[in-house]
Amino acid sequence: MENNVTYNRYSRQIMLKELGIAGQEKLSVAKVLVIGAGGLGCPALQYLAAAGVGSIGIVDFDVVELSNLQRQTLFNVEDIGKSKSITAAEKLKRFNPDIQFHAHDLKLDSRNALGLFREYDMVLDGTDNFTTRYLVNDACVLLDKPLVYGAVLRFEGQVGVFNLSCRHEGYKTNYRDLFPVPPSPDTVSSCSEAGVLGVLPGVIGTMQAAEVIKIITGIGEPLCNKILSYNVRNNMFYEFNISLAAGKSDEYPKSEAAFMEFDYDWFCGHGRNPLEISVPEFEESRKSEVLNVIDVREEGELPQIIEFTFIQIPLSRFDISTVQPLILEKLIVLCQSGKRSLKATKMIKEKFPNSEVFSLKGGVEEWMKYRTRQHNESKPLPEYERDEETRRIC
Amino acid sequence: MNVNVLVFGQIADITGKESLSITGVASTDELVQLLQQKYSGLKELKYLVAVNKKIIQQSTELKDNDTVALLPPFSGG
Repeated sequence: MENNVTYNRYSRQIMLKELGIAGQEKLSVAKVLVIGAGGLGCPALQYLAAAGVGSIGIVDFDVVELSNLQRQTLFNVEDIGKSKSITAAEKLKRFNPDIQFHAHDLKLDSRNALGLFREYDMVLDGTDNFTTRYLVNDACVLLDKPLVYGAVLRFEGQVGVFNLSCRHEGYKTNYRDLFPVPPSPDTVSSCSEAGVLGVLPGVIGTMQAAEVIKIITGIGEPLCNKILSYNVRNNMFYEFNISLAAGKSDEYPKSEAAFMEFDYDWFCGHGRNPLEISVPEFEESRKSEVLNVIDVREEGELPQIIEFTFIQIPLSRFDISTVQPLILEKLIVLCQSGKRSLKATKMIKEKFPNSEVFSLKGGVEEWMKYRTRQHNESKPLPEYERDEETRRIC
Repeated sequence: MNVNVLVFGQIADITGKESLSITGVASTDELVQLLQQKYSGLKELKYLVAVNKKIIQQSTELKDNDTVALLPPFSGG
């Protein structure tokens, strides 16, 4: 240990004989990349920083929103509209100045992932969508980096460790061995659609941090080749074991070149759909065309839209005949995230094949983010956001 | 013969409960077919199947009191 202050800071864990000074030194030289500074990323980051992990990368290109604060405990109301990765890095630096934080304020894609992952020993997945999950998984398989996986929805969460061989097993599995291909986007819900109890990602993100610390220090048995499911309502933990026979997924790109060419948006069903309109296109249309807009969210769903007029027809009692007068103009259907509106759009297009009808891609959520970004761009940037490089070292 | 079935995530929303007791099925394929008949919403979902906590890839013979778990993918974070 460098000095008494450092020793003192970590003394409660150094006194664990399984960890000791040797374990603390392993933590101090470890490099961990956390993908997503959201519900899972915030608690994970706080405990990794508290434990003294020497170098922590934070990838997130989103900005803080009011609806994040119910579970993303690193942020406060003054942070709304600011970059998550940069804000998280600055706060954590104040919390533990001894360690290095790297804010990667960028959208992870198959072009930038491998270069970034190479700089770290392991990756913690706290993303909120399948596209990034498959991308992160495949990059970790290619580079042979341990991946600590976590996911939540409503009252249930999952945690597991991929690409790591536990002593007695001698084989490695990954997310593709569970789900070789992603589910179709219209059959799965996100937290913004289905909700999540705020404390749940706190539990799962903290368990992910615990797995990272166990892997670095060699303490105990990490969840290699396992998925642990937790239900907050009945306190049930249930473990799924991934056998060697299961570990034979052949779906991922086999070389770095193939990975870089792999279109994860398309693979996860988010390619360009002729029935969808993007938020910027929608904003453009609103200015230049006569539009009818239908909101298919249920009554009372937030946020309410006050910026333009629309007709609310909840999907649960969607009556196609009421739509007929609306297709005389270009018709935009929207919902919270763009899934229910796509369903409704397909129904309308089936019934009225000549109608000009589009589903708003990403829904109200994406529209709000777009508005926030536009708003931020129109005011001068604070000092710390002026860096030309997307990456900042705090 | 009786099999315990545990369902997770959105599958529990479809079945209305988190655990079911099913009789008269000899394999996981038969069990899945029976559940899909009973709950048509299951047909369009992806999920993995585990018998006694071990994830299986192919239909597996079931014994009395086996526990079968159906886990859909989650993406929230």
